[in-house]
Amino acid sequence: MASTASVIEHPTTDLWGGGVEPLKASYGKLMMWFFLLSDAFSFSALLVTYGMIRHAHAAWPEGATLFSQEYWPIPELVFTHFPFTHANLPLAFVGLMTFILIMSSVTMVLAVEAGHRMDKKDVEKWMLWTILGGLAFVGSQAWEWSIFISGSHDGLKLADGSVLRGANLINNEYGPPAFADLFFFITGFHGTHVFSGVILNIVIFFNVAYGTYERRGHYEMVEKVGLYWHFVDLVWVFVFTFFYLI
Amino acid sequence: MSVVDLNKETAVGHDSHGHHDEHEHHELNFIRKYIFSEDHKVIGKQFLITGLLWAVIGGALSMIFRLQLGLPEASLGWLKPILGHWITSDNKLDPEFYLAAVTMHGTIMVFFVLTAGLSGTFSNFLIPLQIGARDMASGFMNMLSYWFFFVSSVIMFFSLFIETGPAGGGWVIYPPLSALPQAIPGSGLGMTLWLVSMALFIISSLLGGINYITTVINLRTKGMTFDRLPLTIWAFFLTAIIGVLSFPVLFAAALLLIFDRSFGTSFYLSDIYIGGQALDHVGGSPILFQHLFWFLGHPEVYIVLLPALGITSEIISTNSRKPIFGYKAMIGSMIGITFLSFIVWAHHMFVTGMNPFLGSIFMFLTLIIAVPSAVKAFNYITTLWKGNIIFTPAMLFSIGLVSVFITGGVTGIILGNAALDIQLHDTYFVVAHFHLVMGSASFFGFMAGVYHWFPKMFGKMLDEKLGYIHFWLTFAGVYLVFFPMHYQGITGFPRRYYSYTAYEMFGGAYQDLAFFISIAAFITFAGQFIFGFNFFYSIFKGRPATLNPWNSNTLEWTTPIHPEHGNWPGEIPTVYRWAYDYSKPGAEEDFIPQHIPLTETLSSNLPHETDALNGIKITPTH
Repeated sequence: MASTASVIEHPTTDLWGGGVEPLKASYGKLMMWFFLLSDAFSFSALLVTYGMIRHAHAAWPEGATLFSQEYWPIPELVFTHFPFTHANLPLAFVGLMTFILIMSSVTMVLAVEAGHRMDKKDVEKWMLWTILGGLAFVGSQAWEWSIFISGSHDGLKLADGSVLRGANLINNEYGPPAFADLFFFITGFHGTHVFSGVILNIVIFFNVAYGTYERRGHYEMVEKVGLYWHFVDLVWVFVFTFFYLI
Repeated sequence: MSVVDLNKETAVGHDSHGHHDEHEHHELNFIRKYIFSEDHKVIGKQFLITGLLWAVIGGALSMIFRLQLGLPEASLGWLKPILGHWITSDNKLDPEFYLAAVTMHGTIMVFFVLTAGLSGTFSNFLIPLQIGARDMASGFMNMLSYWFFFVSSVIMFFSLFIETGPAGGGWVIYPPLSALPQAIPGSGLGMTLWLVSMALFIISSLLGGINYITTVINLRTKGMTFDRLPLTIWAFFLTAIIGVLSFPVLFAAALLLIFDRSFGTSFYLSDIYIGGQALDHVGGSPILFQHLFWFLGHPEVYIVLLPALGITSEIISTNSRKPIFGYKAMIGSMIGITFLSFIVWAHHMFVTGMNPFLGSIFMFLTLIIAVPSAVKAFNYITTLWKGNIIFTPAMLFSIGLVSVFITGGVTGIILGNAALDIQLHDTYFVVAHFHLVMGSASFFGFMAGVYHWFPKMFGKMLDEKLGYIHFWLTFAGVYLVFFPMHYQGITGFPRRYYSYTAYEMFGGAYQDLAFFISIAAFITFAGQFIFGFNFFYSIFKGRPATLNPWNSNTLEWTTPIHPEHGNWPGEIPTVYRWAYDYSKPGAEEDFIPQHIPLTETLSSNLPHETDALNGIKITPTH
């Protein structure tokens, strides 16, 4: 019953036939895809949570001008601050943040493309830009948070006469506690992902600089962190939509 | 991209990641070989032994609460050396500890025994062996998967011993009970540890699952098409997919609960009074938690069950000496179950006040699951039908699985009905249902797998006589324990209650039934130690195994009796046929392993196989 003398060297040329990589992707890339699929479910759960809790609260009444703990706030009235100015610029800062993050995705694409050309110098350059973009985003988010935490100048007058200023996990001046809870949790969860991505990108950048991938003969690791980075971007588009636009 | 390029890339990929194709073996030291091992076989055994230890703990906890339920008047002073202050001054079990025992029994059995113990053991051990791979795609991540599970286990185990006791809000940890430490002692530190442990458990499960899926897709040997995969592999593959997609939702839910517990948020909490005192929490929804939890919780049932069904398919076919009946229907039904498992979760929540129309949709989807389940049950029976059955202990446990799967499945149709569920929700009827269909069935699959693959794992045979005794005690035991619970449930016994003294009927006429169940449970639990002895004795002193003790077709039996890291000393065998060529007409023997080419079996080739052979001879494909 030896299996040696066989006529059929390759029993099948079908890509699903084993002995080949059917999705034309290495196992490492597949793993990243499945991890991202899994992570997408975590974010979906959180955004469903957002939807459900927000739906359970009263909407902003027609013609209202003041925040109240009775109803959900409108984001254009909450996020109006832009660093180094006192002008009222609704959603301008978060728009800039989003632009920076999307641009960092573009530079990541260029890094991957340079990797395909085996152009070490270009990979380094574009990875560096991506890292800078990521850091700028995380920094802006920290700024956004600190403004949100310290609150507006006037704060919110409560029924008992006291003034509530700023936002934390228990109370906030802009609306029901759940508004700030969800904001901190979901943007925080996303920010943690961006931060981890920046760390990964820095590690990969050093590997590129030391020539690890040049010796290995391919820049697939850049592609893998690229997948993660694009995913984090894509998730932000959803988070941004949920928290700032609708 | 052409095929040539692909092959080049494969070679490159493998070079960079060590030991896949180039098989240089150098002796590893003890720690790298047995503790921080990257060999899938060692990792599988680590999961197995950890899982078995957890099974003992989970079982022992059930003995404690069966004592309380069956013998409510008994003096439990003799348990003081073990349980300490959980035995009250009048020698009774502390009700708080009763709740904790029920909670931990559920948590341990569902997650640590039947998820990590079952899937972790057999997915790790069998996937590379049966698809013809040297190891998992990433041995390192596989090792991390076990050690995350280990740390998670340590934390969960530690929580059993703390002052306030382990988590006590039920294994489903519904808030607000689980969210408020002032509600019960079991929602204090024990609950925090539970959440931390489960978060680590989910990371472990994710690392493992991603590895299993990728390995099955990318590392199959030549000729191992998806329609030649043994059903075990299909089951592990789909189980891993379910896990990768449902556990992250529990992860998100658990994180939110951690924030509610420790950082003052109100995701799940609203309008709560404790002792007349209103809490600050407003705006959250406890029902939200139930939705998130059961989005994992229901697929989890199939994470537990599918591997057992896969193992059973393999064992029943091998020991009936017949091809599995309806191979493709088996795959189709598993895919169907996988898909349906994601869209039925709210049948656990019929009585939460959900819209009855929504309830009827979930009821409809739930009852559809009966179709693929019945396909599987019929296919097992028709495989057994007129088979040349060999009653090994593994085969007995597999047939036992089919039995309890049907018995427990039938009551699932009753419980899936939104109207009937109003009466039966949270009664012992539910307990009976899921202990048979999920608990016992998966445990039987687990045991069947251990008896069947023990020779491959340890190179020794388990003692058959002890195996038979173990089987009959367990088989009779689970029916004697769980069958009477249906009656208790129909009369309205609520589950998770410490005692039923408040109700004349429960305390009186049905107490003897509870007593009967407890005695049966004690005997069944004691019976498991026969297996424990058999297992550990046989590892060291068992009869040496032969190369292919069950005359099985799958690839793992083509490896040496003690396979080294890398599994096959020479080339990886090529696969030419499916895994179920048993008793093929015209063949010399009653089995033809997967690596035997069609050219060597001219007398038994089917017409389409002869055609394929001739076709390929005329036009070589490369």
